[in-house]
Amino acid sequence: MQKYRYTIIFVLILSATSALILAGMYTGLKDIHEKNALLFKKRVILEAVSPLLDKPVSSLSDEEVEQIFQKNINQEVLDMNGQVVDASKVAAAGYKKGDALSLDMAKEFKKPEDKRLLPLFIYKKGDKEYYITGVIGRGLWDLIWAYVTLDSDKNTIAGIAFEHIGETPGLGAEIKDNPSFGKQFIGKKIHDEQGKYHSITVRKGGAKDPVFEVDAISGATLTSDGVTEMLQRSMKYYDPFFNKSK
Amino acid sequence: MADSKTKTKLDLKPVFFGKKEKKLLLDPLNDNNPITVQVLGICSALAVTTLATKALTMAIAVTLVVGFSNLLTSLLRKLIPNEVRMIAQLIIIATLVTVVSLTLQAINYPMYKELSVFIGLIITNCIVMGRLEAFAMANDPWTSFLDGIGNGLGYGVILLIIASIRELLGKGALFGFKIFGPGSDFLINTQSFSLLHWYAPNNLMVLFPSAMFVLGVIIWLHRTWNSKLIDAS
Repeated sequence: MQKYRYTIIFVLILSATSALILAGMYTGLKDIHEKNALLFKKRVILEAVSPLLDKPVSSLSDEEVEQIFQKNINQEVLDMNGQVVDASKVAAAGYKKGDALSLDMAKEFKKPEDKRLLPLFIYKKGDKEYYITGVIGRGLWDLIWAYVTLDSDKNTIAGIAFEHIGETPGLGAEIKDNPSFGKQFIGKKIHDEQGKYHSITVRKGGAKDPVFEVDAISGATLTSDGVTEMLQRSMKYYDPFFNKSK
Repeated sequence: MADSKTKTKLDLKPVFFGKKEKKLLLDPLNDNNPITVQVLGICSALAVTTLATKALTMAIAVTLVVGFSNLLTSLLRKLIPNEVRMIAQLIIIATLVTVVSLTLQAINYPMYKELSVFIGLIITNCIVMGRLEAFAMANDPWTSFLDGIGNGLGYGVILLIIASIRELLGKGALFGFKIFGPGSDFLINTQSFSLLHWYAPNNLMVLFPSAMFVLGVIIWLHRTWNSKLIDAS
């Protein structure tokens, strides 16, 4: 035991110093990290309305992003029955701020389907309102999610922004990296004229239906299928809310 | 960090940047390059070289980690008990990597998101552990620091070369500036030249296998060009 005393003391001191430095740094930078993460999320959401903005999201300054969110965007949290959930109840579900922005879609995705909370951002431009919905699903390696903007008719897609955790660069990651993939969605519709639910299908080998289908990414079949599954399953969640206000 | 540096300078009274030090700093760039000669740190060289900006960030991160973990290990080299030296080195590396990761998260969040796991994986980068074991445990702090920085730079140079080739051929861009490709947002729009209508960026260059090819070619060229590296056997 005597022999190892120095070794043990040395390792303990080294670990303690390391832990102290890291804990201090983590606590000190926590506010900045949270602010950055929130700003990053806001930029992704704005990407979904980028066809409606004056300039590309990447050239907007941080202040401009905040300004758009303050002036033009209303946030709502919905439950699966299409009811607006008030902030105190959202806060009780674990999101302190109680707004749609603080909602963690990945966490909601793990809940049983009827208990999930849905984010909804209403973007106002002139006297028109656009609805930004949030959908989440699985890609090939990990979660993928998207913000889908619906035009004021609550049916036509006006913009879309994809995000993913670990899809392969050059293949699955193209859903985010290749702007022409997202552009295909603009003008597509969720329901047909009779009100029947179609949502969007990502079709391998080229879209056959001009209204409800888009082309898949070659070499990324599983990610493309994941996008289809996500859009088929999740756009329906918003139907109760939209039907009520139609 | 400032006082430890001055202290180390005093250790080496005669010269603190002579021929030997210069060699330590420049050798890894060519004759003893960690990637092309020692063939270490290949994993991250393949993974983060899709875009030049990503590679540059990674190169800076690795250089800082190798430099300072070499410095700290060398300062502690007489105190570290031999039985636990690997663990002690790992604690130092892990601490520094987390510091780098937390800092990057604060100053450039989108880049942190892009690199995510690879910053954490610097811990397992063989270059770092290799330099600690091979150099810092047996040399004084100042030369160890230089050796670390040199190896980080040697790693970074190769990373940047691979990333530039891959980004240029795969996306027609360099550091995000679109240079040539089909479309009006590129500097040279291949669509507007009748001879170049066929051109499309080669998506293979964005995929991982291309990094393997490019790295292989670089190693081959490096060995042909540098006669010291030709195996006598």
